Amino acid sequence: MVASIVAPPVARRPRTRSWLRLVVLLVIVAVVLYPLIWMIGTSVKSQQEIVNNIGLLPEHFTPGNYTDGWSNFDVSFGRFFLNSAMVSLLTVVGNAVSCLLAAYAFARLRFRLRKVWFAVMIGTLLLPSHVLIVPQYILFRSFGLVGGDWPYLPLLIPQFLATEAFFVFLMVQFMRGIPRELDEAARIDGAGAFGIFRHVILPLSRPALVTTAIFSFIWTWNEFFRQLVYLSNLSDYTVPVALTLFIDSTSQSAVGPMFAMAVLSLLPVFVFFVAFQRMLVEGINTSGIKG
Amino acid sequence: MALTTAPDPTRRGTGSVRPPATRRGTGRIRHGEGLAGYVFLSPWLIGLMGITAIPMLLSLYLSFTNYDILTPWSEVEWVGLANYERMFTSDPSWWHSVRVTLSFALIAVPLKLAAALGVALLLNRAWRGVGLFRGLFYLPSLLGGSVALAIVWVSMFNREGAFNSFLALFGIEGKPWVNDPDWALETLMVLAIWQFGAPMVIFLAGLKQVPTELYEAAAVDGASTFRQFVNVTLPMLSPVIFFNLVLETINGFQGFTAAFVLSNGTGGPVDSTLMYTLNLYITGFTDLEMGYASAMAWVFLIAIAIITVIFFSTGRFWVHYSDGEDR
Repeated sequence: MVASIVAPPVARRPRTRSWLRLVVLLVIVAVVLYPLIWMIGTSVKSQQEIVNNIGLLPEHFTPGNYTDGWSNFDVSFGRFFLNSAMVSLLTVVGNAVSCLLAAYAFARLRFRLRKVWFAVMIGTLLLPSHVLIVPQYILFRSFGLVGGDWPYLPLLIPQFLATEAFFVFLMVQFMRGIPRELDEAARIDGAGAFGIFRHVILPLSRPALVTTAIFSFIWTWNEFFRQLVYLSNLSDYTVPVALTLFIDSTSQSAVGPMFAMAVLSLLPVFVFFVAFQRMLVEGINTSGIKG
Repeated sequence: MALTTAPDPTRRGTGSVRPPATRRGTGRIRHGEGLAGYVFLSPWLIGLMGITAIPMLLSLYLSFTNYDILTPWSEVEWVGLANYERMFTSDPSWWHSVRVTLSFALIAVPLKLAAALGVALLLNRAWRGVGLFRGLFYLPSLLGGSVALAIVWVSMFNREGAFNSFLALFGIEGKPWVNDPDWALETLMVLAIWQFGAPMVIFLAGLKQVPTELYEAAAVDGASTFRQFVNVTLPMLSPVIFFNLVLETINGFQGFTAAFVLSNGTGGPVDSTLMYTLNLYITGFTDLEMGYASAMAWVFLIAIAIITVIFFSTGRFWVHYSDGEDR
């Protein structure tokens, strides 16, 4: 005991090592940020400068790229942003509600085959979405949901049916941390499974719900594969699908506008990052490591 | 006493996730709870059946047919194993996509994890500014999967791109990397490695959970920093390494967006970026050979399952769980 008091503290690293570490970290920061800064710089360069000026910043600030890009196609980018926002926000609602319900059942209720279903849910965690795209497309098409007046149902229906196992798992993990004494107290007060959900689990699960909401917004905003498959009319396009139109028009003149729209498309994600940085970084921790 | 100030070895880095303090031992189902369980589970169950299970079975059936979306169901022909035979024996582009996907995963994933672990070690000790660095390094993981960033990446590695101007500073003449079949996939690997932030954050959380006593004990025994890394950090971190490895490998196999953007949906130049999922998309939705694409999807699924099983069965030999019998 005495030894542990008088034992010297862990030896401090020499100052030079910590300076070296700082320099290495700053170099990594430069590498990590370079593409982003270059992207922003290029988005305000003139056509001439994109070819000639290799620097990060433009000599002539050219904000016109943004207005050009906004109306580069027959449908304005405003429409694409609205479509993306609608799909993302509805996905957030769907994931939050459906995953919360499923997670409550897994984490707190006892019913037949619970362990079997839980194992199945864990199994779907690793199921690649690409594997199911062909049959899902065929099924949605046979129900007349592909390419209709409102072609977003195939994108949204799965989200309202808790198919994002990642979020179910995240919420189950979170709910396991809510003390069961609270359930018992509510039960003594006469609450059933629904009462406990309503008055104990739902209010206490807010942090897990916020994490789910933020991640499902960002992932859906960036999602491309399924949106590419299901959206075929220009006016229905979301931002990622619309951005690929720029690649088709290989003419050099569209590079500035393309970068401008790329920057705009990342803006919502960046705002989320700044606002919820801590939560995002911690959020991916709560998800997995500690089972 | 000194003991009260010592760090608690059971402290969890993330705090919020804890196993329940008490657990009811009986497996008996309380009256009415069984019904409630299925009520709450019903959206998930409907999703499991309608969005996952039935499509999987449909896909299995289709993989034995010549189905394309245009012919009516009544004219769909059962072709037996012909799709699988074609894949393995007479479809060079399928084999090519397997090679492309494997080399992408085998090279990009270890490098990405090494970068993530290296930077996590640099950030591990608590000091001012860690939060800022951690956030900045994590940013690419949020943005990197998007079409917008893939577009930026392709432009960066173009003939006139930023990467070549960087090389020019050292007098090296670059090339149009994204148009070169030998280099196009490598640019996508670099994009994947650039997103090292997500596994890094998980490594950092894992490092926080390594009890400092272990390092102190090793230091008392005269272990060098390197030996401490090999004999303390790596074994204590092995569950997290395992977790990251499984996750990143499976993600690596599914790379689609950047390959699609780089090649404008073709997998070019000369099929050099024909990732498996891109090949599947082209087969199913461009060529409309949905029966064949279903066969490809099933082979992909089985491959992922086999790889996962291999990971978990070999994991026993090198993953060290400290909250097993040790505690």
